[in-house]
Amino acid sequence: MTMQTVGRPTRPDPSLEPSRPQAAAEGLMQVEPLIFELGGWSKTGVDLPEPDADAADDLGDLVRAAPIGLPGLSEPETLRHYVRLSQKNHAIDLALYPLGSCTMKHNPRLNEKMARLAGFADIHPLQPQSTVQGALALMDRLSHWLKTLTGMPAVALPPKAGAHGELCGLLAIRAAHEARGDARKRVLVPASAHGTNPATAAFVGYQVQDIAQTADGRVDLEDLAAKLGPDVAAIMVTNPNTCGLFERDIVEIARLAHAAGAYFYCDGANFNAIVGKIRPGDLGVDAMHINLHKTFSTPHGGGGPGAGPVVLSAALAPFAPEPWLVQDGQGWRLEEHRAGEAIHAFGRMSAFHGQMGMFVRAYTYMLSHGADGLAQVAEDAVLNANYIKARLRDLMTPAFPEGPCMHEALFSDAWLEGTGVTTLDFAKAIIDAGFHPMTMYFPLVVHGAMLIEPTETESKAEIDRFCDVLRDLAEQALSAKTDPDALARFKAAPVKAPLRRLDETLAARKPRLRWS
Amino acid sequence: MRYLPLTPEDRAVMLAAVGARHIDELFADAPACARLSGPVDLPQHQGELEVERELSALASMNRPAGAGPSFCGAGAYRHHVPASVDHIIQRSEFLTSYTPYQPEIAQGTLQALFEFQSQVAALTGMDVANASMYDGSTACAEAVMMAARVTGRAKAVLSGGLHPHYAASAETLAHVSGIETSRLAPAVDGEAAVIDAIDQHTACVVVQTPNVFGQATDVSAIAEAAHAQGALLVVVTTEAVSYGLLKSPGEMGADIAVAEGQSIGNGLNFGGPYVGLFAAREKFVRQMPGRLCGETVDADGRRGFVLTLSTREQHIRREKATSNICTNSGLCALAFTVHMSLLGEAGLRRLALLNHQKARTLKSALAGVPGVQVLTTRFFNELAIRLPVAAAPVVEYMAEHGVLAGVPYSRLDPGAGLDNLLLVAVTETTTSSDIDVLAKSLSEVLA
Repeated sequence: MTMQTVGRPTRPDPSLEPSRPQAAAEGLMQVEPLIFELGGWSKTGVDLPEPDADAADDLGDLVRAAPIGLPGLSEPETLRHYVRLSQKNHAIDLALYPLGSCTMKHNPRLNEKMARLAGFADIHPLQPQSTVQGALALMDRLSHWLKTLTGMPAVALPPKAGAHGELCGLLAIRAAHEARGDARKRVLVPASAHGTNPATAAFVGYQVQDIAQTADGRVDLEDLAAKLGPDVAAIMVTNPNTCGLFERDIVEIARLAHAAGAYFYCDGANFNAIVGKIRPGDLGVDAMHINLHKTFSTPHGGGGPGAGPVVLSAALAPFAPEPWLVQDGQGWRLEEHRAGEAIHAFGRMSAFHGQMGMFVRAYTYMLSHGADGLAQVAEDAVLNANYIKARLRDLMTPAFPEGPCMHEALFSDAWLEGTGVTTLDFAKAIIDAGFHPMTMYFPLVVHGAMLIEPTETESKAEIDRFCDVLRDLAEQALSAKTDPDALARFKAAPVKAPLRRLDETLAARKPRLRWS
Repeated sequence: MRYLPLTPEDRAVMLAAVGARHIDELFADAPACARLSGPVDLPQHQGELEVERELSALASMNRPAGAGPSFCGAGAYRHHVPASVDHIIQRSEFLTSYTPYQPEIAQGTLQALFEFQSQVAALTGMDVANASMYDGSTACAEAVMMAARVTGRAKAVLSGGLHPHYAASAETLAHVSGIETSRLAPAVDGEAAVIDAIDQHTACVVVQTPNVFGQATDVSAIAEAAHAQGALLVVVTTEAVSYGLLKSPGEMGADIAVAEGQSIGNGLNFGGPYVGLFAAREKFVRQMPGRLCGETVDADGRRGFVLTLSTREQHIRREKATSNICTNSGLCALAFTVHMSLLGEAGLRRLALLNHQKARTLKSALAGVPGVQVLTTRFFNELAIRLPVAAAPVVEYMAEHGVLAGVPYSRLDPGAGLDNLLLVAVTETTTSSDIDVLAKSLSEVLA
C-alpha cells in the first residue's frame, strides 16, 4: 500500500502524521477508514439551537445515562467520507451491469426529480385524506396502468418488494382456500425458481415440493400433473422463467393447476421481457408481483428499497390486503378497515399503504414510455439478450441452445471443462475488464450458471464492447488448459478492483458485524 | 424514446446476427393467442416536459406537511434532513448499484452498511444489527417469527400500546405460522400489563416505547418477567430520534429491538419507502432475518466487507430460510447512516432534547385548551389527548383551515371505541407559533 502521492511533498514529514489511521490512496482510489475511526467523537455536522438546561428534567430515570458511542463529523468531512466510499462501487451509470434476473436498467433522473416534489415527498401517510387527493389519484393511475399492462382486474399496492409481493399473493391464496374451508398443504415450485419462492411458501405455512424441469428448461408437465392434487394450494412459476425462457405450455400449466383447485402464482420478476407484448392475465395467472425496481426502473439503491405490487385475478381480488383504494362522490379514499364482503381478506401486511416514493418513480417511467415505448422496452431487452447469446455461443456453452431466449442469456460452465477456470474465476476476471459480472451459479438447475441480462437501455456499442471483452476472456480461459500462467491470472482476479477477492469463509466463521 | 439507445439500423443488424427476420420471431414461444397484435390501450410516450406537467399537477393537489402547522406522527415523523444526505444518496454509485453480490466492486455499499449496522447496534444498545428491513412494522412481524424460532414456542403477547398497524402486521404473519397472538386492550400507560399474560408457553412479549400514545416506559421489569418464564422481550420504537434521549432497549433488557428508522435521514413520502431497524443479542444472530454485512480481509490481507451468514437466507436455504426477505431498504439505510454521521452523538442528543422540549411546550399549550385532557404522562415528542368530541371531524375541519392537527386514534384502530383520542406530535421543525396556532384553533373548534 502506498501513501497518497498526488501533489508535494511526495514524502510527507513524519512529524505531521496524526495518530489515527491515515487514509492512503492509489491515484483516485482512496483507502477510507470507517466513520468510527475518523476521530469525530465530539463533532457534529448539524447546527441546532441550544436546548434549555432543564429540557429533560421531567423524565427522571428514563433518560439514557451512558454514552451511545456514535461518531460525528462536520459536513465537509462527512461528504468526503461517503463520496470516497461511493467510488468503490460499480454502478449502472458506469457500465453495463448484466446481473441476470436483477434487471439493472437505466434509472431516469426525471423519476428522482418527480419523487422529490414536496406534494409527494413531504406528505404524511395519515394526513386527512382530503389533503392528499393527488397522491391517491396517482396510486389509482398507477393501478390502472398495472392492470392494463397485465390484463388483470385488481392490484394490491402495499407490498414493499418482490418477496413481500410473493407473501401478499400466497396470503391471499391461503385466505381464499380458508374462506371455502378448504385447507391445503402443499405449494409446488420448480427447482429453477428464485429462493424467495420456496422461502415465501414455507413462511406462509406450506410444504414446498419441487417440480421437475424438462431438458429444454421448462416446467415438466407430466411431473406437474402427477404432483398436483387436492392438497396443493398453489403453484409458483416464474415466466419468463429464470433460465430466460418463455414457458411454452403456460396456458396448460394454468389449466392443470386450476383443474386441481390450486391457484397459479406467477413470479413476475421477469415481466420486463414481455411488458406491452403479452398480458399475464391472458395466460391464466391468478396472482403476480411486479418488481417496480426491475421492470419499471426504480433504482436498486445497493439493495432497495423496492416495491412489489401484486395483480390479482377476480377469484383472488376479494382477498387483497388492506388498505383498499376506493372512489366515491368525495374523491379518492383509502379504506383501511372494512367489514362485509371482504371479511376473508387476510388483513394488513405493513404499516401505512405502500412505497409511495417508488409509485411516483414507476408512474413517471410509464408515462415517459407510453404503451408504444413499453412494448419497445420488451423487444429491445429480448433482442439484446439474443444478440449476446449469438455473439458468444461459439465460445461459451448456451444452457439451452435451441430457440430464442427472452431477456437474458444463460450459459453453463461446460465450456470451461479442463481449463481449471471456474464460473467464479471467470466472473472475477470480468471485473478486471471493467464490467460487473453476470449472475453466477443461478439458476441452480444449470451447472456453473452464468446468467446475462443486458436490459434494453444498453447501446449496441456497449453490448459489442462487452461481448468483445467476454470473447477475449473466454479465449484466455480456454488457453488455461495448456497455459498455467493464464490459469493463475484467473485465480488471482480481480487485481484492478479496490480490493482483491475477499475471505468469505473467515467472515462467516468469526462474524464481526459491527465496529468495536 | 429517450431511454432506448438502439437505432432502427442497430435493430436490423442485430436481428440479422441472431438469425431472425422479425422481432416477433423472438417471442414465438409465447402462445399465439396471448401475443398482442398492437399496443395496449394506454397513452403513447411523452417528453420530459409533458410528464413533468402531469406529475406536478398531481403533486399540487396534496398539502405538504411543511406548508403549514403539522402535528402528524403515529409512526412517521417530519424531521429536517440535511441537504447533503440527499446529495449522497443520489450519487450514481449508490443509487444505481445492486445488492453487493460482488464485494470487490461494492465496498462503498458494504462499508456503509457496516457503519449502519454499527450505528443501529449502538443506538439500540444491542450486540448486532442487520442491514435493514422494509420498515418498522415488518421488522416487528419478523421479530415475532424469530422469537418463536429461538424459543421453540408459539405464543406472542402484544401490548396495548403497540402501534395498531404493527400489531396487525405481526398478527398476519403469526396467523399463518401457527403462532397464537394475544393483543391487549389499548392503554396509554399499559405496557406493563403484558406481564400478567406471560406464561411458560410465551415465545415473546412485544412492547413499544415510546408507545403509540407517546408514553415512554422503562421496560426493565417486563424484561425480568419475560426472562423468568424463558420468553424474549421485543422492544419496538417508531421514533428513532428518541434513542438520543431515552434509555436504549438493550439497557432495559430487550432481546430483540426493532424500530422505524424513517425519522433519521428519510422524508415522510406518504408512508414509504422507510427503513426498518432490527437488532438482537449476539447469541441469536443465526436466527436473524435479512442481510448481514461482516468484516473480513482480501487476498492481500486488507480489511474489507462482505455479506455474510447467508446460510440463513432464502437464496441459499430456500424453504428453510429464516425469512423470505431479499431486497431490503439499502438506500434508506444509507440516508440514515449519512444523517447519523452528520449528527454524531452530540447532534443526536441535542436533536432529541429539542424534540422533547417542544413536546413540553405543546403539553402546556394543550393543557390550557378547555375540554382537552392530556393523557400521556411521560413522553418524548408525542402526546395522546382526549377531546370532548370525536377527533376525526375536528381534524378534518382544522385541515380545511390550514392546520394538520394530528392523527385521530380511530384512524388506526376504528373498533377500539376511542374516537375522542387524538395523537399530536412535534419535532424540531415545529415552531412556537405552530403550537400557538394549534391551541388557538382547537379552542375555537371546541368552543
